[in-house]
Amino acid sequence: MAGDPVLSVRDLTVRIGTRRGVARVVNGVSYDVHPGETLAIVGESGSGKSVGALAVLGLLDEAATATGQVLLDGVDLLAAGERQLRRIRGNEIAMVFQDPMTSLNPVKTIGSQLVEPIELHGVATGAAARDRAVELLEQVGLPDARDRLGDYPHRFSGGMRQRVMIAMALACEPKVLLADEATTALDVTTQAQILEVVAGLQRRLGLAVVWITHDLGVVAGIADRVAVMYAGRILEQAPVDELYAAPRHPYTMGLLAAVPRVGADRPRRLTTIPGQPPDPTALPPGCAFHPRCGYRHDPRAATEVPPLRTVGPDHRVACFYDVVGGTATGTDGGDG
Amino acid sequence: MAEQPLLSVTDLRVHFPVAGGGLRRRQNAVVRAVDGVSFTVAAGETLGLVGESGCGKSTTGLGLLRLVEPTGGRVSVRGTEVTALRRRDLRAMRRHLTMIFQDPYASLDPRMTIGSVVAEPLAVHGLHRGSRARRHRVGELLELVGLDPDHAHRHPHEFSGGQRQRVGIARALACEPDLIVADEPIAALDVSIQAQIINLLEDLRDELGLAYLFIAHDLAAVGHLSDRIAVMYLGRIVEVADRATLFARPAHPYTRALLSAVPLPDPVAERARERIILRGAVPSPADPPSGCNFRTRCPAAFDRCAVDDPVLTARGDGHLAACHLSDDGTG
Repeated sequence: MAGDPVLSVRDLTVRIGTRRGVARVVNGVSYDVHPGETLAIVGESGSGKSVGALAVLGLLDEAATATGQVLLDGVDLLAAGERQLRRIRGNEIAMVFQDPMTSLNPVKTIGSQLVEPIELHGVATGAAARDRAVELLEQVGLPDARDRLGDYPHRFSGGMRQRVMIAMALACEPKVLLADEATTALDVTTQAQILEVVAGLQRRLGLAVVWITHDLGVVAGIADRVAVMYAGRILEQAPVDELYAAPRHPYTMGLLAAVPRVGADRPRRLTTIPGQPPDPTALPPGCAFHPRCGYRHDPRAATEVPPLRTVGPDHRVACFYDVVGGTATGTDGGDG
Repeated sequence: MAEQPLLSVTDLRVHFPVAGGGLRRRQNAVVRAVDGVSFTVAAGETLGLVGESGCGKSTTGLGLLRLVEPTGGRVSVRGTEVTALRRRDLRAMRRHLTMIFQDPYASLDPRMTIGSVVAEPLAVHGLHRGSRARRHRVGELLELVGLDPDHAHRHPHEFSGGQRQRVGIARALACEPDLIVADEPIAALDVSIQAQIINLLEDLRDELGLAYLFIAHDLAAVGHLSDRIAVMYLGRIVEVADRATLFARPAHPYTRALLSAVPLPDPVAERARERIILRGAVPSPADPPSGCNFRTRCPAAFDRCAVDDPVLTARGDGHLAACHLSDDGTG
């Protein structure tokens, strides 16, 4: 993609202290997002996709430490102080969480919750701030927006609340929106409404979106590029069409084969990935997917972490074995 | 189907009284969670029951097992009328009709070993008496669902979500039921684990000749497992058809919208498809619209829909739809 990325994450690593030891939750993640682009980060629970997003916004709690770089227009958020971060969050980069039921304050009206960030970030005050709130709610497709400013969150359905959350996130016209499972709790027809709203805003405002989800169907519909995460690492990254048509990592292939599809054809048996994702406090040595992998043909995977290597335009895979060629990569690994 | 269906549900209603808004206003308001639902499930058949949150699909499952007392209608299992049974006679019926729940974290007692979780229904129904016979049966059941029989002494917290769902399935299978009501059995699981459980349910069906009522919001998963699919909206079934017909020729505008909203794991197909975006939100089941329930959001609603409540009508080959529009889309 041409031009400079608006968000550039470099070697992001997050460690969390737990009673059972140090959890290695994010293990050297790097990605770029350009203005107007949607990067989807796909992963299952425990893949580190959500913690990675919290780290980008500096929202981790005290038990966690993040290292690496999070460059937003060249400013490193990981090195920024809390005051600077508070100015940047909401203004330049905003986040929408999964659960709209718990992310809104139940004892404050929608209007006051929406006006607050607008006034706080100095976008507008008083009546102008209220007008801006109405405009935002209309933008996200909330009917009778002006009449509903005085309503409390319990008067809204899940889909409506998620629209309010998106309106809040967009209140100060950020350059980057991080959405973590933002439509997962919603019904598919509501999800379709929300995805359309986000796509429209993106076209109008040139918003860069990082969409974090486990849902490969949603990703296929909205992403320009996709990063697949497992045990805190990106295992494969590719343009969306290429990832679905020609996946190169055994985990990506396994995930795609495990999804049931809607269609009139007789369903074929689903391919499963045996076992389950590893405990982040006890990651296996080498490739973290190795114990579940059906292509354990390269002995290096048991001891070495495979680096991301380029296999096509903007397509990178972290695997020693070349699934397409049926050979091990590199010089010293034998074909096994 | 010539023979008597295994399960037959006729005009099932589950209404809940609610306090109306305000002090004196609408004190007798009623939420019509399930409002006249009829369907059958044949032995060995899987019927999928799909719909969005609040459509009444889970309450239908609970109502037919009388885990929630129905307000009206009839449920019969192998010709025995469940709805006419006294409460204490229900236990015998529940041997043949069991349930799997969504949340494997919440539906297992954390203080019990998984062995005793699985053995409990055997004790309740007095099957496989004696500790040796019971232990043997528990081991057999754990093996059947892909768990290690040697882990019977472990507690639920020692297992992952997918393994806990296997424990729930082993328990449901303990008394050799004919039909399992599975309510969102994979919704709480990761993608790679969902496929494992779907395949397990498939294998068990083939091996044991089970029938399922598979209740879920996920049309792709429902389509994968089901022979026939019933679509619910606001307490009613709006369409029933065999899987291929429902996906290829949906007759009800709600089914069409629902199908068009299901994200496909294929970017090329996603770009090519036309999505029907529904307007507004689902009306309150305490105050449904006049005429057709769906008319307030229906892209094809016309005058008659506000007046006449459409009934499920046959369109050939067991395909039923509750809509005033005919197949060619005219009123």
